[in-house]
Amino acid sequence: MATVYIDDKPYTADPAQNMLFTSLTLGFNLPYFCWHPAMGSVGACRQCAVKQFRDENDTRGKLVMACMTPAADGTRIAIHDPDATKFRAGVIEGLMTNHPHDCPVCDEGGECHLQDMTVMTGHDYRRYPYDKRTFRNQYLGPFVNQEMNRCIQCYRCVRFYREYAGGRDFNSFALRDLVFFGRHKDGVLENEFSGNLVEVCPTGVFTDATLKHHYTRKWDLQFAPSICTHCGLGCNTSPGERYGMLRRIVNRYNGEVNGYFLCDRGRYGYECVNSPQRIRQPLLRREGVAQPVSRAEALRAARELLAGKQNVIGIGSPRASLEANFALRTLVGPDHFFAGMADDEHRLLTKMIQVLRSTPARTPSLREIEQCDAVLVLGEDPTNFAPRLALALRQSVRQQPFAATDKMRIPRWLDHAVREAVQDDKGPLFIASTHATRLDDIAARTFRAAPTDIARLGFAVARALDTSAPATSMSGEAVALAAQIAQALKTAHRPLIIAGGGLNSESVIEAAANVARALDTVGKEARLSFTVPECNSMGLALMGAAPLSAAFAAVKDADAVIVLENDLGRHMPQPALREFFERAFHVIALDCLTNATTERAELVLPAGTFAESDGTLVSSEGRAQRFFQVFVPSGDIQESWRWLCDLGALRENSEMADWKELDDVIIALSNAIPALAGIVNAAPFSGLRLAGEKVPREPHRYSGRTAMHANINVSEPKPPDDPDSPLSFSMEGFPDQPPSALIPFFWTPGWNSIQSTNFYQKEIAGPLRGGDPGARLIESGASDGSGYFIRVPQAFAPREGEWLVVPAYHIFGSDEQSLHSAAIAEVAPKPYIAMNPEDAVLLALRPESLAEVKVDGSSYRVQVRVRPDMPKGIAALLVGVPPVVGVHLPAWGTLQPAQLPVEGGPERAA
Amino acid sequence: MLSIIRTLWDVFLHAFRKRVTIQYPEQKAYLSARYRGRIILSRDPEGGERCVACYLCAVACPVDCIALQATEDSTGRRYPEFFRINFSRCIFCGYCEEACPTYAIQLTPDIEMGEYSRQNMVYEKEHLLISGPGKYPDYNFWRVAGVKIGGKDKGQAEREAPPTDLRSLLP
Ligand code: SF4
Ligand code: SF4
Ligand code: SF4
Ligand code: SF4
Ligand code: FES
Repeated sequence: MATVYIDDKPYTADPAQNMLFTSLTLGFNLPYFCWHPAMGSVGACRQCAVKQFRDENDTRGKLVMACMTPAADGTRIAIHDPDATKFRAGVIEGLMTNHPHDCPVCDEGGECHLQDMTVMTGHDYRRYPYDKRTFRNQYLGPFVNQEMNRCIQCYRCVRFYREYAGGRDFNSFALRDLVFFGRHKDGVLENEFSGNLVEVCPTGVFTDATLKHHYTRKWDLQFAPSICTHCGLGCNTSPGERYGMLRRIVNRYNGEVNGYFLCDRGRYGYECVNSPQRIRQPLLRREGVAQPVSRAEALRAARELLAGKQNVIGIGSPRASLEANFALRTLVGPDHFFAGMADDEHRLLTKMIQVLRSTPARTPSLREIEQCDAVLVLGEDPTNFAPRLALALRQSVRQQPFAATDKMRIPRWLDHAVREAVQDDKGPLFIASTHATRLDDIAARTFRAAPTDIARLGFAVARALDTSAPATSMSGEAVALAAQIAQALKTAHRPLIIAGGGLNSESVIEAAANVARALDTVGKEARLSFTVPECNSMGLALMGAAPLSAAFAAVKDADAVIVLENDLGRHMPQPALREFFERAFHVIALDCLTNATTERAELVLPAGTFAESDGTLVSSEGRAQRFFQVFVPSGDIQESWRWLCDLGALRENSEMADWKELDDVIIALSNAIPALAGIVNAAPFSGLRLAGEKVPREPHRYSGRTAMHANINVSEPKPPDDPDSPLSFSMEGFPDQPPSALIPFFWTPGWNSIQSTNFYQKEIAGPLRGGDPGARLIESGASDGSGYFIRVPQAFAPREGEWLVVPAYHIFGSDEQSLHSAAIAEVAPKPYIAMNPEDAVLLALRPESLAEVKVDGSSYRVQVRVRPDMPKGIAALLVGVPPVVGVHLPAWGTLQPAQLPVEGGPERAA
Repeated sequence: MLSIIRTLWDVFLHAFRKRVTIQYPEQKAYLSARYRGRIILSRDPEGGERCVACYLCAVACPVDCIALQATEDSTGRRYPEFFRINFSRCIFCGYCEEACPTYAIQLTPDIEMGEYSRQNMVYEKEHLLISGPGKYPDYNFWRVAGVKIGGKDKGQAEREAPPTDLRSLLP
């Protein structure tokens, strides 16, 4: 630790950091633009100027940029020096000479870093009498809106987009004060993390294009700490609501998980909450026609179906909260509760948990993944299956080159210098997958093969590390690759193996486990990360219920079936779904959006989305995280667990009779299932009061309280109570920073923008004060030296006339709920099948033509994509985009040109 | 005793002074233009709606009695989809007018707003929007702001250079 002097007072500082970092960590209001906590310093904007003095006798000092000044021992700076203050005001005044004077119609207004810094430096009047430079804007797609006149040329956007996120279709153009930031021409931004420009850009150049359709200022939104539900990574989000409509999502910093960035699926998937497909009223199906009914009528119908019935079975859901799943389990009894995942998915998740618990390898958080310095990806396409992971991996390849720059004594925060020194040097990332991934550009080597061959490569790597691991016979090339990977993992400090649910292959999981175990055997501390398909797949698997096939078997004798937030059609093929509904006569479905299951259920109860309920989700890391209700929904919508309690009352379930608030469910759950006991630590209980008050969900400047609903009734309604959390639906309450798991939004006096996150952290870009939220539930096994998996799969052999159909995913489209968002739907691809050019010739399939794919008992008409990256004998089918749902891959299938041209795009053949 | 007589005398003398009481409501009081009475939304000199739905008045209002929703026309000009003032809560402090960056919201010297039903004190945009510019005849926000709207392209606002040619290499 170093001692530095700021305004003549001594402070301890981290000498590996710079003075801007240090000043902000200490809570000083020092303006800045180009420095970003996750991207370091470039010294481009000159806004963070301070006066530096040689020693205590130096009275003249010199102006330096705080962000470029190391916090070396004895460093002496003055923030409040008159020259420095004047200089900073001058910089702002210079920047503002071109400002288009449009804050009132700027979507950044009220949370604009440029506004905050302008106020902070005291600039208020444009003295410059000459013309302002102007730009024409570009169309950048449905996610990000551009208004270039507001640019202050800080270069943050281009640094994020190109250097941090690896995007290529964005750059700076032109010269001097005319520099333009955008694409070479109009068009949709290609990078999957483009939405972060909205938060990275300190001005209103890049704003949320979906928010624009229902624009509301930050100060008018009601927020809650929430968790993204669109993949298994569990990024922390802060959704905002007004007038009963979800208006946007912004990042909620969690140092261990998402840090400062979200993927575009997570940021823009929120509009499913406002979808016209929402189920807002109970529906009762009589003679095949669904009728909206009142809550009382729905419960009457439910009583008929459930009261006194012995054999009621429940099907849970990997996208419902633990509490909802547990309520269902309690309602029907553990023996009648099924996990609501297909058998293969269930087997895979069970295996992952078993591996994570028994293998001496830690399941890393996303932050830890960023710091891994050698990575082997087995069978996954992170960008499309677990998007934020891909961004973390892009940072991991920077780790090894840091060794060289450390040796040159370039501090890591000196971003431009580090990148200049490193050039294109990258740490080892090996990607073995069935087709090209969006990370191939940073991979040291890629290996494209069938799932079994990917597993075999994994086994070979384990064998190359430890000769007691099972052996495989492989081609010379693959053996050399395995040796290279083994070498890279062995010499790394923090090796990481990634596998998961995308490829749906048990042997790949086993292979990954073997590599991790082999690393442990050779004395390397390994990390092992598994991706999972849905936001609570891990949690549901930890509950340990039987999969769908068991539910199927039980359905025949069941009096009624309750399906919780689960479109069974996404977990089983069409014919099986039909059969299910033929067997199950009485189906009660709880869900938020219309789907194949709710369209056939006898009784449908309107469930709250993530924004309308509270609960706990377990991420693929094994981190239990609580999400809180953002707003009170209108009508009969309520949390699934509350509906299930209502049903419990009909069945006189004594256990559920005591459940009045969420905490009751959480406590019952943690007592009943030891594997989930840790969820009580995910967030504080509802009884928490800070200085006697709850945490307000609304900013203290929330406007319109006495007018919002005055058109309906001039007497204001009482704010709704929230029995389930320590948060209130109000602008009144504890005025200071709440515990980290309860931060609805970030705000600090003088810092209205997202940059206020700085003041919630123990140290900048480090953990939040009081520790990052979430409770890890899975810790690794002891290194007992035993237990290699020995079932090495057979090598892949192409078949005549058949193709191994493997799953492909797309970040936009493969997720069920986010596809209901208009912006996501706009960029989602149509279902396709990708194959090798030679295979396409063999099949007489032309690019863009329609192919008929018969696989897993169904047949689909999809577009043909001819891609040289596909291995021969394998075809990749885009799954998750209707109608290609519920299909179990990899599986052998046949392909042929579609006979009849179909109107209106690809459709399922009859 | 003496003081009582003096007081009576004073009162008597007042009968001959100039009268200041006016016979309201038959006779109206003079209220200056800057009096803080009933609030209106004005139009710009070209007749367009001045309010750009920036929410500043709403956030400035100490009793939170202004609510609105922003929307945009097809050319990108922003305006309020609805604009509501609950006058039964308004304290006529004038902060909204002070906060307004476009001179759209103005307080007027009209104070006759009594209603039998409180619900009638809720004014919507149709009740607030007048046909002229009110106290500020000249200002038009869109002439100054560098955003493009119908009839005004980039570079056509006050003190604006024409849009940059990104392909130019001239220094
Ligand atoms: S667009 Fe935003 S982030 Fe990019 S240079 Fe301009 S102000 Fe900075
Ligand atoms: S990576 Fe997954 S959890 Fe994170 S924002 Fe994207 S979809 Fe949501
Ligand atoms: S006059 Fe004052 S109280 Fe009335 S609307 Fe304006 S800001 Fe609100
Ligand atoms: S401050 Fe003025 S421009 Fe802004 S919303 Fe209010 S009336 Fe409209
Ligand atoms: S923040 Fe230091 S120069 Fe930009």
